[in-house]
Parts: sequence; C-alpha cells; structure tokens
Amino acid sequence: MNKGTEQKNIQSSNSKVVKKLVLIVFGMFGFGFALVPLYDVFCDITGLNGKTNGASVAYAADGIDTSRIITVQFISRTAQGIPWQFEPMEREVKVHPGEVKFVKFYAKNESNRDIIGQAVPSVSPGLAAAYFQKIECFCFTQQPLKGGEEVEMGLQFYVDPELSEDISTLTLSYTLYDVTGKVDS
Amino acid sequence: MTTDVIEQESHDSHDDHHDDSHGKMTGIKRWLYTTNHKDIGTLYLWFSFIMFLTGGAMAMVIRAELFQPGLQIVEPDFFNQLTTVHGLIMVFGAIMPAFTGFANWMIPMMIGAPDMALPRMNNWSFWILPFDFAILIGSFFMESGAPNFGWTFYAPLSTTYSNGSTAFFVFAVHIMGISSIMGAINIVVTIMNLRAPGMTYMKMPLFVWTFFITAYLLIAVMPVLAGVVTMLLTDTYFGTSFFDAAGGGDPVMFQHIFWFFGHPEVYIMILPAFGIVSTIIPAFSRKPLFGYASMVYATSSIALLSFIVWAHHMFTTGMPLFGELFFMYCTMLIAVPTGVKVFNWVATMWRGSLSFETPMLFSLAFVILFTIGGFSGLMLAMTPVDFQYHDTYFVVAHFHYVLVTGSLFSIFAGAYYWLPKWTGHMYSESLGKWHFWCSLISVNLLFFPMHFLGLAGMPRRIPDYALQFADFNKWVSIGGFAFGLSQLIFLVVVIKCIKGGEKAAAKPWDGAEGLEWTVASPAPYHTFSTPPKID
Ligand code: HEM
Ligand SMILES: [Cu+2]
Repeated sequence: MNKGTEQKNIQSSNSKVVKKLVLIVFGMFGFGFALVPLYDVFCDITGLNGKTNGASVAYAADGIDTSRIITVQFISRTAQGIPWQFEPMEREVKVHPGEVKFVKFYAKNESNRDIIGQAVPSVSPGLAAAYFQKIECFCFTQQPLKGGEEVEMGLQFYVDPELSEDISTLTLSYTLYDVTGKVDS
Repeated sequence: MTTDVIEQESHDSHDDHHDDSHGKMTGIKRWLYTTNHKDIGTLYLWFSFIMFLTGGAMAMVIRAELFQPGLQIVEPDFFNQLTTVHGLIMVFGAIMPAFTGFANWMIPMMIGAPDMALPRMNNWSFWILPFDFAILIGSFFMESGAPNFGWTFYAPLSTTYSNGSTAFFVFAVHIMGISSIMGAINIVVTIMNLRAPGMTYMKMPLFVWTFFITAYLLIAVMPVLAGVVTMLLTDTYFGTSFFDAAGGGDPVMFQHIFWFFGHPEVYIMILPAFGIVSTIIPAFSRKPLFGYASMVYATSSIALLSFIVWAHHMFTTGMPLFGELFFMYCTMLIAVPTGVKVFNWVATMWRGSLSFETPMLFSLAFVILFTIGGFSGLMLAMTPVDFQYHDTYFVVAHFHYVLVTGSLFSIFAGAYYWLPKWTGHMYSESLGKWHFWCSLISVNLLFFPMHFLGLAGMPRRIPDYALQFADFNKWVSIGGFAFGLSQLIFLVVVIKCIKGGEKAAAKPWDGAEGLEWTVASPAPYHTFSTPPKID
C-alpha cells in the first residue's frame, strides 16, 4: 500500500469517527431539552416535587374516612415585585380524608396600576401532593386586579383517603407572581 | 484539505499548501495559523497560565475583603461578581485548557502519531478561547457588571434576578463549550485512528487512557451545559418558563440539569490528573505502574458512575428519602474505584527506589492531599450531615483540596516532568523545590482552616461574616496571599527554563517510560512522521 492511499484511508476513517461523535453531541444537546418533559413526567408519576394538579379534577373518593383527621395549613407569599396583599382567610383547617372543603384567600392590589397575578401552589411534604385534589382553585386561572381593587378567591379541595398513614399534616403554599407582561390571553 | 491531516512525506518534500504546519512563518503569524500540535499545546498552556493568574488575582481581592469581618474593600455585589468569575475562569479557563494543552503536546508523541488527527480544527478550538474570555472578563467593564450569580448560575438568580449580564455570560459559555467539544473530538479521533501499529488499547500509556475517557465525558456533557444555558437565555429574554414557577416551570429542575453536567464536569477536571500522576510516580519509583489494567477499569467506572450521582449537590432541595439514599449510596460507591487508584499509586512506590525531584514532590502531595479532599467529599456525601455542611466553607475546603492540591498540583507535576522535553533545558531544581514547598505550606494554611470554618457554620459566597470567624479567616487570607505569590516562582522557573539552562538529554529521568523520551529534547517540530515500532 502506498503512502497516498494509506492517507486516504486514515482520512475517511477520521471523518467516520467525527460524524459519530458529532451525532452524540447533537444527541446530548437534545437530551438536555428532553430532560424537561422527562422531569415533569417523572414528578407527575412519583409526585416528588410537591406540584399539585394543574386543572380541576372531579371528586373521586369512595366515601369519607372519619377515623382520620388531617390538618391542612395554608401559607402564602408574594414574589419579589408584586405589590399585593395576599393571605389565606383561614390559617388551617382540619378535614377527614375524602371530605370536601371550601376555603378562601384574600388578595388586594395595593398599588394604583392594574396588575395580573398568578398563584402557584406547592404541597409539603412533596409525597402528599398527589393526594391533595383541587376541585376548584383560583390558581387555575390568572387573576387581574385594578389598582386598589380587592378580591376573595376560593379553593375547593379534598384529601384523597389513600394518603399515607404517616402523614397527618399537609402544608399548602401559594406563591403569587406578577405576570402582567406575560399574559397569554 | 488533502495533506494537512497527516504529515507523511519527509520534511523537505512539502508543497506550498501545507507549509503552515512547518513552522516557516515567523512572529505572530506562526502562532495564529499554526496547526502543529506542539505549538497549539504551548498556546493552551500559556493561555491557561495567564487565566490562572487572572483568576488568582480575583481570589486575592476576595481574600483581602475577607481578611477581617465587615465590609472594607469591595461592594457586596462586586464581591459576588468576583467569586463568580473566579470560579468560571479557574474551571473553564485554567484547569480545562491546561489539560487540553497536555493532551495536544503529549498524546501524539505517546502513541507515535505525527500530529493530532484534525489539526485545523485544533487551531480553531484554541483561538476562540482568548476571545471568549475577553468577553467574559470584559463584562466587568459593562454597565450591568460581570455575572454575579455564582459559577453554578442557579435560576432564578441568573434569570429573574440577573444583573443583566446573562446574555454575555450565556454567549461566553457557548463558546467555551464549542471549544471543549472540538478539543475532545480531536482527542478521540487521534487516539482511535493514529496509534502507531502495534499500540493496542491496552498498551497505551495510562495518561492517554485518562484523556480518552475524559474526552468522551466532555462530548457527553458539554452539550447538556449548552442546553441549560440556552434555556436560561430564553427564560431571561424570550419569555419561556423552563425554570420560572410563575409560568409553570420549576427552578429545581435547573439544578438537576446543571448538575447532570456539573458532576461529570468535576471528573473532567480530575481524570487527566490521575493520568499525569500515574505517569510520574512510576518514573520516580523506577517501577512500572502497579495494576495498569485495574487503573483503566477504575477510570472507566468512575466516569460511568459520575452520571448517576449528580443530586448529591441537591440534598437540601427537599428530595424524598428514597432519592437521598440512592444518591448517597451511589456517591459513596465512587469512593471504591477512587480508592483502587490511591492504592495502586502507593503500591507503585512500595519498595521502589524513590527519588524526590520536583515532579515527584508534587505528585506525592497530590496523592495525600487529593485523598483528604476525597474524604471530605465522603463526609459531604452523607445526606444527614450534608444538611449541616451544605453551602458552608466546608464545601469550599472540599473542592479546593480536590481541585487545587488535586488537579492544579498534577498540572505543576506534569509541567516540571515534561519541561525538559518541551524546552530542551532542565529547569532549576532548587527553584522548583522552592515553588513546591512554598505552595505546599501556603495551600494548607489557605484551605485547611476552611474545614473548621465550615463546620462552625460560616456560609460560602458572603463578603462579611460573624466575629467568631475572624481569626481563622485572617490565617486563611495570609495563606492565600502566600500561595498567590508562590506561583510567581513557577513563572520564573518556566521563563528561565525556556531561555536556557543545562541541556536536557533525550531522556532526562532515568526511570521514565514512553515514546516521548525516544525523541530528542527539545522535541523536534515534527515527530513520528513515520510511525515507531512497538513490541
Ligand atoms: C471521593 C470523591 C468525591 C465525593 C464523594 C464528592 C462529594 C461531593 C459532594 C457531596 C458535594 C456537595 C456538597 C454540598 O454542596 O453540600 C461536592 C461538591 C463539590 N465537589 Fe466533590 N466529591 C468528590 C470528588 C470531587 C472531585 C474529584 C472534584 C473535582 C476535581 C470535586 C469537585 C467538587 C466541587 C467543585 C464541588 C462544589 C460545587 C459547588 O457547589 O460549587 N469533588 N462533592
Ligand atoms: Cu458532585
């Protein structure tokens, strides 16, 4: 074999390897983005990150388990930059698993501009999130408030009786964000 | 594009379109247009050293501010910019390019190849780096200021609460990612295709193995880094909500994606160090490396395991118990192959006829001090105690032991070891020893007390601290200044060695093994144009 063909061979095998490696590079770039839906699916199945159902669910428990009492606590906070007062009107309620409860949150726009707010819920301990079922929630929609306007917002929920026996207290936390610039309607 | 891949003909029969690889050009053009692996290796090493001094200067300001409690020298926001850019420069500008420099210089010579497989890409992957870091450092002089959200750039610090530096930061990370990926592709192709006949995979020097595996790690995770900074960019400027809870995203997901890159990244910075030390310890023990095959397998298993431990950086984010246990045990599992390596280095020295030239001193210090860093890593890997240690100076102590007395010391060791081959002169052994002992003492004064500061609860990345930490911080700062100054000795050693000194023999270390010692010192501009015989 002479030098010229030897060199050609090396070149073509070089470019074969390069092609494969570049494919891996693009594959891994895609994989980074694939992690986003994977993460959501994973958390959905396992209920790991305390995310609750994002849209209304129908009542689906078979009966009320009166032998257990669950304390549901509510906390609220406002993200930096939204001049609203935002509070649960009851700090905590006691419910039996399977029992439907209705509570209210109070919000007031303390500035004089119109602002659209969005509350994002999270349940702690995270593993309980999948058992905290919202039939109706102000967090399913965005809440516009004119300057100085106030509103009472409702949340209707029940705790699934399948909730682990180890858990007797749930904390539901809402963070309120200013989404005025980003409304999609 | 026909002849620049490999130089096959003898040197004097070249035609004009590859004279760029012949060192004919002079001055700046030689360096700008070079496709020679040795030139590019030199460029990488000098670049890395300049970045090391730049990042080091930032660390000096950080330690000056922390010399005593209260705010003296810099504003808190500027302090944050300094810690952020210090971290970015040291990781991406100093340690990683230094290893790429070693790869360029040594891999072709060690496997009997005439050059890297893709010399033009090699030129490119180096030359985008200076511009990249000019952008990153230049952001200090912009209105927004430099990135101030930590080298880990957690969302929403880098999105919602960014000081406006996010766009430049993302651009800079993209370019350094592209540079690393090109460098890594080049290393893989070179090792796969250009080994001299007879050099089977299991005959390759361990040095080459570690770079081979590291290159694969880079190819696998740098694109993920590119992905996560892209998401950051669109979240900040284009209204997406990957990490924004208000829009249905999740800030914790940022940490998952980042650390999926981040943990393999720390191994990218230590596996080549293992390779360098595994070359030097046998040379100065005058014995072959103990357990070569087990070293190859240990390195590979460390690389594989590094993909399933990332959440040990996230124990305090509220993971469920199962997750914490999983990541805790996987992390501890990595200690097993790491232990195999330390064992093999010690076994290599066992009953060897040791001598203690500067490269060996740095390697010995590496073995001991890296192991200390590994132990503090194991402590951090225990979930319950990490709740106490997380985000304290204990973590800072841990990663500086593995990165400074680990990776950086291995780079010094390698530089002293191959300087005679690179320059053709022996470096000054007495100055080398001064550099070593000054560094060794000051580095421990600098980083060891940080363990105690962390255990006592001093948080990291804060410009001010409670009074009870004052004494330790004073000592740490003194150690820091001394360590910084000691590095100037290294600069002097290198410059003196380039300028002159005792002529180096082809093989100046009697115990050294490997093809690079079969060529003259300094290594001729072209080596192994015809492949060597390997038996
Ligand atoms: C025995 C092996 C190791 C173990 C078990 C280990 C474990 C850990 C753990 C658990 C943390 C997280 C601490 C926290 O934030 O609370 C950590 C942080 C870190 N480790 Fe290691 N580590 C090991 C080796 C290494 C090596 C070899 C390097 C790099 C050369 C490294 C670099 C880092 C860095 C840079 C951080 C801090 C990242 C940050 O938050 O800025 N580690 N390590
Ligand atoms: Cu890690």
